[in-house]
Amino acid sequence: MFEYAPAPESRSVVDIKPSYGLFVDGKFVDPTDGGSFKSINPASEEVLAEIAEAGSQDVDRAVRAAREAYEKVWGPMPGRDRAKYLFRIARIIQERSRELAVLESLDNGKPIKESRDVDVPLVAAHFFYYAGWADKLEHAGFGANPRPLGVAAQVIPWNFPLLMLAWKIAPALAAGNTVVLKPAETTPLTALLFAEICQQADLPAGVVNIVTGAGETGRALVEHPGVDKVAFTGSTEVGKAIARAVAGTRKKLTLELGGKAANIVFDDAPVDQAVEGIVNGIFFNQGHVCCAGSRLLVQESVADRVLESLKRRMAQLRVGDPLDKNTDIGAINSAAQLARIRELSDAGAAEGAERWSPPCELPDRGFWFAPTIFTGVTQAHRIAREEIFGPVLSVLTFRTPAEAVEKANNTPYGLSAGIWTDKGSRILWMADRLRAGVVWANTFNKFDPTSPFGGYKESGYGREGGRHGLEAYLNV
Amino acid sequence: MTATATSARSELSELGRSETALRTFLHGLPGVDQVGAEQRAAQLGTRSIKTTAKAEAIDLAIRMVDLTTLEGADTPGKVRALAAKALRPDPADPSCPHVGAVCVYPAMVPYVAEVLRGSGVHLASVATAFPSGQAPLEIKLADTRAAVEAGADEIDMVINRGAFLAGRYKEVYDEIVATKEACGDAHLKVILETGELATYDNVRRASWLAMLAGGDFIKTSTGKVPVAATPPVTLVMLEAVRDFRAATGRQVGVKPAGGIKTTKDAIKYLVMVNETVGPDWLDPDWFRFGASSLLNDLLMQRTKLTTGVYAGPDYFTLD
Amino acid sequence: MSERVAVRKTYKLFIGGKFPRSESGRSYLVQDSNVSLASRKDARDAVVAARAAVKGWAGATAYNRGQILYRVAEMLEGRRDQFVALGSSVDEVDAAIDRWVWYAGWSDKLPQVYGGANPVAGPYFNLSAPEPTGVVAVVAPESPALLGLVSVIAPAIVTGNTVVVAASPSAPLAAVTLAEVLATSDLPGGVVNILTGRLSETVPTLAAHMDVNAIDLTGVADADLAAELEVKAAENLKRVLRPAPADHDWSADPGLARMTTLLETKTVWHPKGV
Repeated sequence: MFEYAPAPESRSVVDIKPSYGLFVDGKFVDPTDGGSFKSINPASEEVLAEIAEAGSQDVDRAVRAAREAYEKVWGPMPGRDRAKYLFRIARIIQERSRELAVLESLDNGKPIKESRDVDVPLVAAHFFYYAGWADKLEHAGFGANPRPLGVAAQVIPWNFPLLMLAWKIAPALAAGNTVVLKPAETTPLTALLFAEICQQADLPAGVVNIVTGAGETGRALVEHPGVDKVAFTGSTEVGKAIARAVAGTRKKLTLELGGKAANIVFDDAPVDQAVEGIVNGIFFNQGHVCCAGSRLLVQESVADRVLESLKRRMAQLRVGDPLDKNTDIGAINSAAQLARIRELSDAGAAEGAERWSPPCELPDRGFWFAPTIFTGVTQAHRIAREEIFGPVLSVLTFRTPAEAVEKANNTPYGLSAGIWTDKGSRILWMADRLRAGVVWANTFNKFDPTSPFGGYKESGYGREGGRHGLEAYLNV
Repeated sequence: MTATATSARSELSELGRSETALRTFLHGLPGVDQVGAEQRAAQLGTRSIKTTAKAEAIDLAIRMVDLTTLEGADTPGKVRALAAKALRPDPADPSCPHVGAVCVYPAMVPYVAEVLRGSGVHLASVATAFPSGQAPLEIKLADTRAAVEAGADEIDMVINRGAFLAGRYKEVYDEIVATKEACGDAHLKVILETGELATYDNVRRASWLAMLAGGDFIKTSTGKVPVAATPPVTLVMLEAVRDFRAATGRQVGVKPAGGIKTTKDAIKYLVMVNETVGPDWLDPDWFRFGASSLLNDLLMQRTKLTTGVYAGPDYFTLD
Repeated sequence: MSERVAVRKTYKLFIGGKFPRSESGRSYLVQDSNVSLASRKDARDAVVAARAAVKGWAGATAYNRGQILYRVAEMLEGRRDQFVALGSSVDEVDAAIDRWVWYAGWSDKLPQVYGGANPVAGPYFNLSAPEPTGVVAVVAPESPALLGLVSVIAPAIVTGNTVVVAASPSAPLAAVTLAEVLATSDLPGGVVNILTGRLSETVPTLAAHMDVNAIDLTGVADADLAAELEVKAAENLKRVLRPAPADHDWSADPGLARMTTLLETKTVWHPKGV
């Protein structure tokens, strides 16, 4: 046997302070009316830092700072200068990438190989991409003189803390807006390190403000009358509440919400790559991915073969210490999320689906869930309809392309979909009919700053990334 | 072997009788998506193998080396020295294992055989008009028989890429069958020369063709064309031997050859073997590296792990 | 010779390409005519008709949709006097006809302007293209009766959406007459459905309907009602076009936002390899 010895990434590259304030108007400040909360390492339950909780007065202070910066500094600044600040930020992120990756894995629980090879490089790429737009907005196809909206309120989730920050802040700033961003309460640390990066880049005070806190802080932010734009990534339930909250206002809204993507495997698929795509689709980032391929639709004629390969492949997945460079599946982000995954998985078993996980030893402390598949799932099962947001795959079968499309679309969500077949015309036929904002054919979970991302139906509206991503932050 | 595998095996053994049946079968194998295969190989290459795992991997890799010289300038003296090195790669450290085999041209086999006799190190020889394979079949078979008679217990043959690319699969198949027969008890490694096959689909088809025809090993390359072994090509071949065993119950070995020069490279291949086909193939009987300079790098890294000090090339023999 | 007795027109709803009366059997007197007073059930029927028409209309070629919109302009050109007689100015009718022509040309251009290839950092083909969101509920502006109506219907349907339109309650005759134009323009039944009557009856039903993908609140003048409708629309996250300001200039260049708000962008990835 070839046992891999532990290969831990050193955490000494990161300097975590015992406590963090709010980042308002270019400075870290204590909250005036909020308390504090702890951010823990989900792999060990160790407390990483004490984090300020912003109350409504703190939010107000941040929005005012953003307004002031918008009116006096960032709004009037020529696009070419805004671009340079964003390029600076992109470069600092590249220089400090190891630190950011380690901190992200500590706070979030995701494997270091993902924070190092996926999240952080994409973050830098995103800032680099939008930096280049800042002085070219008049050529972006939104009219001769597109104007920014003003102050953007941005609320982001815990699954890709720094990457979601980049998706929000980079286009907002490029378009000339200023922002108040609230990171998720379980993963605030990389946003706070990003605040330090803004200081290091000499970004003018008030252009980026970070208010930490939970749901109440988020509510105060999106409901603040001084914001012109609300951008949210998170659950469909909260997305709907935000849509209601901004109803009747002038606030422009973009939402990137849940999903229940079908990953469709035909009998002529390149099967080894399809199996990799299935694994990547549902086990990447512990399945904490809104566009995860959480429903495998496999053509009945190859179902047994694909499942056999999938199980063999799953047995190779290494679950454990997120900082170990060989870890494939890290920790579940929080106790609450673990409870939800368990609840839905138990429902799957109770409803008669067959559950399977490879033999896998889970650490004693922290929040863990073994990679799991359910076979014998039908459209009626909860695990086929509800977003689990964990490493749990529901396997369904189909007979014809039309049936695959019908099953794939039979959900209120519409964020992403996967197609695996060697037949080109079938890919295009399927892609036309799938009601999803991103369709990956013979690949899955690929992201790029130039590529618009966002959903149909209850997966939200608006697009992030690419030229389309600018539209959310311009008055068009 | 299960009853199903037995019947599948006998069904598959019928394929070689008909050009149409072979073509239908080979073209019915699942396709390989180039980008996906290369990404998977690259991903396996990011595994971090340290300390004890690295030490074990290095010793295993040394045992898997087919220490090779295939030069026009090879002489009895040169190949004897190489064979001596194969037996005791690190004269300063008796705990260092010997390599898997020595691989030479047929004319050099007798000199190597003298040195290796009884040592457990195999003697491989490239036959069948290596590296082009462009000779009449009877000459290739005579080449093979001569090498075996001179003491080779492993034959590395090249397939007829021209026939393969022209779609004359049965011709390729028949040559492999004939060569296997000429090998007698010697193991047959079938060189696909993947650099000339151009696509992974072809690599998968050629792998199956070689296995169906009775090859004991499938090997990537001669080392004589610009593109030799690569991780994704080896990945596709590993998937083929895995699927072949699942279908027939017969295990076939894999040998990437050419271009593998560093310990880091070798360990990436071992990781790939481990995670694609599992521990059954983590053995010199089932996985080999066709290489020459790799051995010295493995030895240097081995010394570094045991002594904690980085060695230099001057401290290792250049044979 | 006695003067000829005119044949008066009955103004009915337009649902699924047919002209039914309200299932409620009600009508109201407006512009000196009895006009159908659509019920909540009529609104639901209209959504069913609109949904049924999505597949064919969204699946039609852009060239085909463009030709049909142009055909609407042709038909309207022949009925200019009729709309003037209903109260529209000549300029308004001209502008309405021209607007159909303008939008007709967008059918096969918007995907080029609004979509395209994305140069991703990897060996992938990556293309973004807009698609219709599906069924759109539209509250037409109170006035101008014809130009306002055309300006909200045309951008919704040119890209392949189907619509359920709540016509101006005070000036519905232009809407019902436009329906006659649409019915003779090769536009498939159900692509445009027109409800007359009180907004308070039909629009909340449309705003709350879970099989409606988007809502255009352009004609909702009451800010509180608009907010209430937007709240209802949030239940299935309808795409929302908020009310137009009272002083909106309907003769100005409409821009793209009316079309793009009712579109989804689909991005397709595929590896490039041999």
